[in-house]
Amino acid sequence: MSQATLRIQKISGHAGSIPGQDTQRDLQVCKLVDTTTCIGCKACEVACVEWNSMPFSPTTFDNTYQTMPDTRWNYWNLILFNEHEREDGSLQWLMRKHQCMHCAEPGCLEACPADGAIVQYSNGVVDFQQSNCIGCGYCITGCPFNVPKLNSVTKRVYKCSLCTDRVSEGLEPACIKSCPTGCLHFGTKEDMLDLAGQRAKQLKDHFGYGNAGVYDPPGVGGTGVIYVLHDATKPELYGGLPANPSIPMVVKLWKHPLKWVGNLAMVGGLIGLFVYYLRFGPKARGDEDIPPVGAQP
Amino acid sequence: MSHPEQIAPHGHVLRYTFPERLNHWVAAGSFLYLMATGLAFWSPWLFWIAVMLGGGQVSRMLHPWAGLLFALSVGYMFVNWSKQMKFEPVDKEWWKSLHFYITNQDDKMPPAGRYNAGQKLLFWSFFFGGIVLLLSGLVLWFTDALPWSLRWLRYVAVILHPIAALFMIGNFMIHVYMGVFAERGAFGSVIRGDVSMAFAKRYHPGWYREIVGNSEPRK
Repeated sequence: MSQATLRIQKISGHAGSIPGQDTQRDLQVCKLVDTTTCIGCKACEVACVEWNSMPFSPTTFDNTYQTMPDTRWNYWNLILFNEHEREDGSLQWLMRKHQCMHCAEPGCLEACPADGAIVQYSNGVVDFQQSNCIGCGYCITGCPFNVPKLNSVTKRVYKCSLCTDRVSEGLEPACIKSCPTGCLHFGTKEDMLDLAGQRAKQLKDHFGYGNAGVYDPPGVGGTGVIYVLHDATKPELYGGLPANPSIPMVVKLWKHPLKWVGNLAMVGGLIGLFVYYLRFGPKARGDEDIPPVGAQP
Repeated sequence: MSHPEQIAPHGHVLRYTFPERLNHWVAAGSFLYLMATGLAFWSPWLFWIAVMLGGGQVSRMLHPWAGLLFALSVGYMFVNWSKQMKFEPVDKEWWKSLHFYITNQDDKMPPAGRYNAGQKLLFWSFFFGGIVLLLSGLVLWFTDALPWSLRWLRYVAVILHPIAALFMIGNFMIHVYMGVFAERGAFGSVIRGDVSMAFAKRYHPGWYREIVGNSEPRK
């Protein structure tokens, strides 16, 4: 939900200017998830459900260490599990904390037609305002990470708010608070990138993970959640993390060129018909076929 | 074959039966609602339309149902009219003389039947545009029910729906222009059902001959 202390820099479906935009610059906040030290304990899942006052959610056992197949409208944070067989035949358990990535260029916000249903604060957090949500589900189409989930009863869409209510008061998000291994960090984007880079270097230099690296995809302008991966060349192994996420091409086509072409065509069509009517007017009724009164046949 | 039973008093002739007229207005009403709410979702500058019509949530909820109503209505038109909408040799001639039609020199047009080639094309444009809107609309209606692996369906639907809608709005503007502004008497035919003999003879000579046969119209 919105916080008065946070300024807004982007508003979905909004006509005209955005009040207060660029009047103040804030530090970009960021979560750092070090997948190499995550033990899959699910404390962050529980903390998320607790802090956000969401009810118990039934779990599904599918012979993995994953709580359920996918996030839900009231379950925003899920550790995705993958048993990866390496080339030498050894196994590797990959755990990735999956939640909203808080993209700098959010596909959900781009696709949303409802005024103010999705906002991006000046600290980079992307937040859904359910009171303005119309439940169309375009954000689901716009998101390259499969994050927004619709409540089919209330017809509103929900996702991780990056604990905006905590962050705006200077606290870290609930998931970060609960992590027992310290694989979760929270701070400014700059600091988190620095820390992630150090960890990736450590993994390369001392632990034999030659491909270790940081995941901060440029296709969506960078994200407010970044990962340290053992193998940054294969992010797909980590629960289908896309290698090159971007706002879907069709959404960009629809919201930019098609919109302008369509608007021009509609307005041009109306003007064209009006001018055509002025020039040619209505067609003759054809009454001249019927002899006027009094005329001799 | 003549159809004298279609000839109404005072030199008028029945063009649209009551079920045809009723169905036309079901289609028109649902189309207007779909266009209004659709334009609200199309541009933030038009979102006020959704607010005026009960709010964004209400518009989002009713838009698909209005779409189903429109689809049913177009389906009825297809059943009722598809035979009459078949392109015939005279339609080729009609296209060749299109410039006469555009410049209102209708006496130089080849004799159109009950529907001229333009009306037939408009019918099929509405029909196929409606099919694209219905199929893409169903995907958008239940967009959250699709699994992530089928997200390409969402991508196809989200781009086809506005393209088809723009196409339909183009059809709609031409249709309203022709029916209300260009051909005097056409609007009455879809309200009261009849047109004058003069209208029939001028715009649809083939249909006129079909009705009166070789006899002269009763005055």
